[in-house]
Amino acid sequence: MGFFLETLLGGLMAGMLYSLVALGFVLIYKASGVFNFAQGAMVLFAALAMARFAEWVPLWTGIADNRLVTTSIAFILAGVVMFLVAWTVERLVLRHLVNQEGTTLLMATLGIAYLLDGVGQSIFGSDIYKIDIGMPKEPIMAFESTFPGGILINKEDLIAAVIAAGLVILLTLFFQKTSTGRALRAVADDHQAAQSIGIPLDRIWVVVWCVAGVVALVAGMIWGSKLGVQFTLSTVAMRALPVVILGGLTSVPGAILGGLIIGVGEKLSEVFLGPYVGGGIEIWFAYVLALIVLLFRPQGLFGEKIIDRV
Amino acid sequence: MFYRENGQFKTSYRADQQIFGITQDRVGVLLLIAFAFVGVPFLADEYMFRAILVPFLILSLAALGVNILVGYCGQISLGSGAFMAVGAYAAFNFFVRVDGMPVVLAILLGGVFSTLVGMFFGIPSLRVKGLYLAVATLAAQFFCDWAFLRIKWFTNDSASGTASVADLQVLGYAITTPLAKYLFCLSFLVVFGLLAKNLVRGAIGREWMAIRDMDVAAAVIGIRPMYAKLSAFAVSSFIVGVAGGLWAFVYLGSWEPAAFSVDRSFQLLFMVILGGMGSVMGSFFGAAFIVVLPIAINQLLPVLGHLFGFSVNTAALTHTEFIVFGALIVWFLIVEPHGLARLWSVGKQKMRIWPFPH
Amino acid sequence: MSKTIGDVILNVSHISLAFGGVKALTDISFDVREHEIRAIIGPNGAGKSSMLNCINGVYTPQQGSITFRGKTFNHMDSHDVATMGIARTFQNLALFKGMSVLDNLMSGRNLKIKSNIFLQALRIGPAEHEEIMHREAVERIIDFLEIQAYRKTPVGQLPYGLQKRVDLGRALAMEPQVLLLDEPMAGMNVEEKQDMCRFVLDVNDEFGTTVVLIEHDMSVVMDISDRVVVLDYGKKIGDGTPDEVRNNPDVISAYLGTSH
Repeated sequence: MGFFLETLLGGLMAGMLYSLVALGFVLIYKASGVFNFAQGAMVLFAALAMARFAEWVPLWTGIADNRLVTTSIAFILAGVVMFLVAWTVERLVLRHLVNQEGTTLLMATLGIAYLLDGVGQSIFGSDIYKIDIGMPKEPIMAFESTFPGGILINKEDLIAAVIAAGLVILLTLFFQKTSTGRALRAVADDHQAAQSIGIPLDRIWVVVWCVAGVVALVAGMIWGSKLGVQFTLSTVAMRALPVVILGGLTSVPGAILGGLIIGVGEKLSEVFLGPYVGGGIEIWFAYVLALIVLLFRPQGLFGEKIIDRV
Repeated sequence: MFYRENGQFKTSYRADQQIFGITQDRVGVLLLIAFAFVGVPFLADEYMFRAILVPFLILSLAALGVNILVGYCGQISLGSGAFMAVGAYAAFNFFVRVDGMPVVLAILLGGVFSTLVGMFFGIPSLRVKGLYLAVATLAAQFFCDWAFLRIKWFTNDSASGTASVADLQVLGYAITTPLAKYLFCLSFLVVFGLLAKNLVRGAIGREWMAIRDMDVAAAVIGIRPMYAKLSAFAVSSFIVGVAGGLWAFVYLGSWEPAAFSVDRSFQLLFMVILGGMGSVMGSFFGAAFIVVLPIAINQLLPVLGHLFGFSVNTAALTHTEFIVFGALIVWFLIVEPHGLARLWSVGKQKMRIWPFPH
Repeated sequence: MSKTIGDVILNVSHISLAFGGVKALTDISFDVREHEIRAIIGPNGAGKSSMLNCINGVYTPQQGSITFRGKTFNHMDSHDVATMGIARTFQNLALFKGMSVLDNLMSGRNLKIKSNIFLQALRIGPAEHEEIMHREAVERIIDFLEIQAYRKTPVGQLPYGLQKRVDLGRALAMEPQVLLLDEPMAGMNVEEKQDMCRFVLDVNDEFGTTVVLIEHDMSVVMDISDRVVVLDYGKKIGDGTPDEVRNNPDVISAYLGTSH
């Protein structure tokens, strides 16, 4: 039983990481109706920026001993970089594809993903980097009284979960309560209509992609701190796609819940079913689950129903 | 001035419906095919065959299959790599497990299996489209990745997990030299190209395009969306599966599932986007472009490096490829969504009226 | 010109349609006789297009049934409706923008094509013969609608009036018994309207096609239709010949406002 709980908790924590990446997807979709295939690449790009800036800032500023200061400066610099990415993407790509159909935009974001991968690694390098933001690495043993030997909980994952929860609450409030949030939802519905009532599409898109970029930065930091920053980060982020399908493309809480379900499902199926089929279930579990959900409830758990009118 | 249709009047519907209506086109294409079969073998060297022509032919075939699904029928698919894999592994199993199985038959049977798998994973297209369908096809991709990696039976229980074939023969002729491989693949491409062209200009092609353009209206005029979509998946997967068999047997010789990963799916999709969605010729353009581009970058970048004084290592080459691909995709989608094929036909238009501007 | 109007061919019975809380149609019943031109009129939002969509199977009404040639359905399947012989045009033009005029019209013939996919791939024998046969049928429609010059033009490049003609042509290509026209003259100038009226009348006259027509232009409606149904806010408020409907006080107040 203890082992089962450990696996469960491990899955929840992994799921939290997926949710962080999925959050970026949902944001951009909710606010501009674009599905951003480049979200994974943005996570990698942001993580690379963060890792390298953390290395370079001490060299540039000469502050070698105060880690908190250098890390904070690196974080701000990385944020600025993500803002630049958002601005460039809007200026060079999105602006010219206003009101094109979803498939075209999707493929454009695919192109952006490749671009970000190439540019990111050219500028920041393609080795494996470490992100050290002072996250505690030691595990804690909890519930030692209930289960013999206690349950292993990773402190790092706990903090990640708290950060993710905080982000979710912030974002939900943003969409529901602010006028910018309302404007974003209008844009998601219909680009041209939103434009015609005076919503500044270009500025909105920069804002959204920037916010998604910062979310990607936070996700990248946490992932990178856990796994190291390397190219495979962007493919791992592809695992977040099924999360979004499961939770519903337009739902922030759905992204969280979807991430948790998939995280837990992956871990449990790998541990308990894996030995029977030669292992490696994690490769496809999330996607097949999303496929099944798609067949019966395409809008996911919390998404809005899609209606086609003639 | 060189390309006028003057005097070429059609006096029957049959003549009007030909694949190449303009005589210059028809003659040109026949000459090109003749040159491909007879001329190229004398002009190309082994490197050209191995590194450029054979991959170009096979990937053109695959891109043609993907174009039918994505370009003509509008069903986005990111699982083409998996369908190539199914074709390859099915052909492999028929070839090694059945005594005396001819190569061509094995490859075609591989295509049949790919059709079945393709139709199965095409079922979500009856309920969802766009991004959701993309995710469904990715499910196919990752599931097949895993299946061919972990299920030993598919690789004939080989210890290393790789499958390999050798000493291919067709009717007594060995397909081992680069020239023989080239002619073998060229034959497949020409035959399948013709069949595909016939399909897309016929009734089923119109059904596919109707579904792509407006599926609700298509149902109202009597087209069955289910039949149209599943047939698109079926035909597309068949062609892609055959291409997979060719890629494995003829180009690679021995392969692992990674040869058909999601990167391959993206590559095929890019060929279709760059070459021109909804165009048979566009598939060829796209494949040529994507096969030649990395080689061009490989040659060009060191030269630029010398000129501007920066060093170029293999990592930089890969990064440059990514950047160029990404930029081209975005550029084409913005400027010419119909790809190189549209640029080609615009060019022909200009040739028709040259030297007049319009 | 005299024509004989036949028996009831299409009967709409107690149809109610709602989207969430919005009632698009409430208890609508009317019939359509063979060979007649039946107009459906009403202010914007009255539910006219929704009514056609129910007949076509695009929407499923919560209540009511539709009877066509004696067979009653609670829910129409779009494909079956087409094969039964009911065709339609769309208010917002549902043309296949990626295809030429010829291909759009030929797509209307698809439900009559019998050769399977293998024959089509080889394009020999029956497949080739069928293509030519259907091409001939479509060319007759092209002649009828006077759009010969635009055969190979991609539909998206044509002016609006011509696109509407192609929409009509595609419906005609299905050789329907009943033709549902959803505002075929919307956005047209006087000459284009006259052309379209001529086409509608010719179709009704030469081929005997029953026409159900949604239209806003009163002069057109009064001129060419045999009987009229009036809808307002999803309810039927008038049903009869153009003259009867014209003098109906409910209809007058619906269009002009009750304070008149």
